Amino acid sequence: MESERKSAAVSVQGLTKHYGKSPALRGVDLEIREGEIFALLGPNGAGKTTFVEILEGFRHRDGGEVRVLGMDPNHQPMALKTRIGIVLQSSGMDRYLNVAETVAMYSSYYPQPRPVDEILELVGLTQKRDERVLRLSGGQQRRLDVAIALAGNPDLLFLDEPTTGFDPSARREVWDVIKNLRSLGKTVLLTTHFMDEAQYLADRLAVIANGRIVAEGDPATLAGRDRMRATIRFTLPEGARPPAHLSAEVVVGSSYEVSSDRVTQDLHDLTSWALGSAIDLEDLRVDRPSLEDVYLELTSETDPYHEETR
Amino acid sequence: MNSAAMLSTQVKYVNKAFWRNPASAFFTFAFPLMFLVIFTSLLGNHTIKVSANGPTIAISTYYVAAMAAYAVISATYNNIAIGLAIQRDSGVLKRTRGTPIPSGIYILGRLIHAFFVAVILVVITAAYGRLFYHAALPTGRPLAEFLVMLLVGTMAFCALGFAITTVIPNADAAPAVVNASILPLLFLSGIFIPLASNAPSWLLWIARIFPVRHFALGMDAGFVGSPFNWTDVLIVAAWGVGAFAVSYRFFTWEPKR
Repeated sequence: MESERKSAAVSVQGLTKHYGKSPALRGVDLEIREGEIFALLGPNGAGKTTFVEILEGFRHRDGGEVRVLGMDPNHQPMALKTRIGIVLQSSGMDRYLNVAETVAMYSSYYPQPRPVDEILELVGLTQKRDERVLRLSGGQQRRLDVAIALAGNPDLLFLDEPTTGFDPSARREVWDVIKNLRSLGKTVLLTTHFMDEAQYLADRLAVIANGRIVAEGDPATLAGRDRMRATIRFTLPEGARPPAHLSAEVVVGSSYEVSSDRVTQDLHDLTSWALGSAIDLEDLRVDRPSLEDVYLELTSETDPYHEETR
Repeated sequence: MNSAAMLSTQVKYVNKAFWRNPASAFFTFAFPLMFLVIFTSLLGNHTIKVSANGPTIAISTYYVAAMAAYAVISATYNNIAIGLAIQRDSGVLKRTRGTPIPSGIYILGRLIHAFFVAVILVVITAAYGRLFYHAALPTGRPLAEFLVMLLVGTMAFCALGFAITTVIPNADAAPAVVNASILPLLFLSGIFIPLASNAPSWLLWIARIFPVRHFALGMDAGFVGSPFNWTDVLIVAAWGVGAFAVSYRFFTWEPKR
């Protein structure tokens, strides 16, 4: 336990925050290890930004314990700011400075900045170093955001919804830059509402819904996804009925679904029955729940409506 | 980096961005000079008494002083308020807040830059007045008094610019709020049209309460040789202190929602 605590970049216990009477965070516990890319996933209004802004020192918490790089953001904001880099959701910067000037200006705010050229190389903006900010594309501006966040050579990087509103190629650009950060050994806390983004980038992730962490794990095994039931789907010709012991349910017309936790056995039963009865199983397929399905299920369970009517 | 180095770097980048922004450079520099040319061309042959017991001067000289005052106000109050509102809305201020630069240094950087721009504008206005209208330029003690008023006025109108951003809802509304608050005062304070001694008393009272008239009188003293009153400096300074207190209490780094 003791050694685990030492290597935690972020450690949060029982964090609560209210806006007026409405609770935004209802007791969040979370630990982010040094050097990992951690994704905080959740729908809009789940409390992602509130959570991150408390860690960054922009907001004060109502209750709970927060340690970021061993510091309390409420009590040591300046010391903390020298060691973190922040990419905010909306990205304002001076449009009339050029790329290199912008990074150099932000570098001047830090005690131990990383050399500007090195940063531009890292985010792939070396070619654009003399371009004015106002002439950059959306993806390039986002990469400049990351460059600014790297200016002070931080140990921990916050990325708040880094690709929201981007087209696929700009998203890919930004993803490549974030992947690159791993090689620097930086800890990254990323918030997103895109499942594929978390899956592609994160070592570990947590799902937040309605102010609570509802699941935590690595993308492949989140919420016991690999142990969850698979669904066998198929369509039968007119008039045919599936064998009773499979307990198949009609979806629509003659399309059926079997919810199965013994896929090999059930498939064998189904196909032997079909071969024996000379029936063609159209559209036969086996679906496992995607991370997206798990996510939707997790976030709908804690629907605020349910909370209040309980 | 120590505070002084951080401050000078900050001023350097504010300055770069300022000159590259065509709108801010144009409105700050072209407007006062354009008005100076227009007013002096329209009314240049008249003479005027600035105050009841003051000297009679050419109206062109009057406008050199008045437009210098106007230039300083637009370089400080207008630029700071509109610039900050835009930066606040676009998230520049919030981003800055997430870095270790002390707020005081960031704000002082803008103040110092506004002061430089104000000095350049006054020099240009004075040189123009000297060249084309033989306007008198202050020397010796009047020059020192003039510089005190310029420094106090710059700081006070910067502070007022910070203060007004607390009631500006968003960047789109910034020019409207700024102009609505300053334009009537510029007229009521005799910047564009000299205040006649028979002006209605309510108007003179407004001019007496707000800082624009007092600042303009201080500038007049340098250019036209009217008496310099330290009460003018004190009233402008008091507005500056009040504005600073309001900013300190209510200034926000995040966009208003």
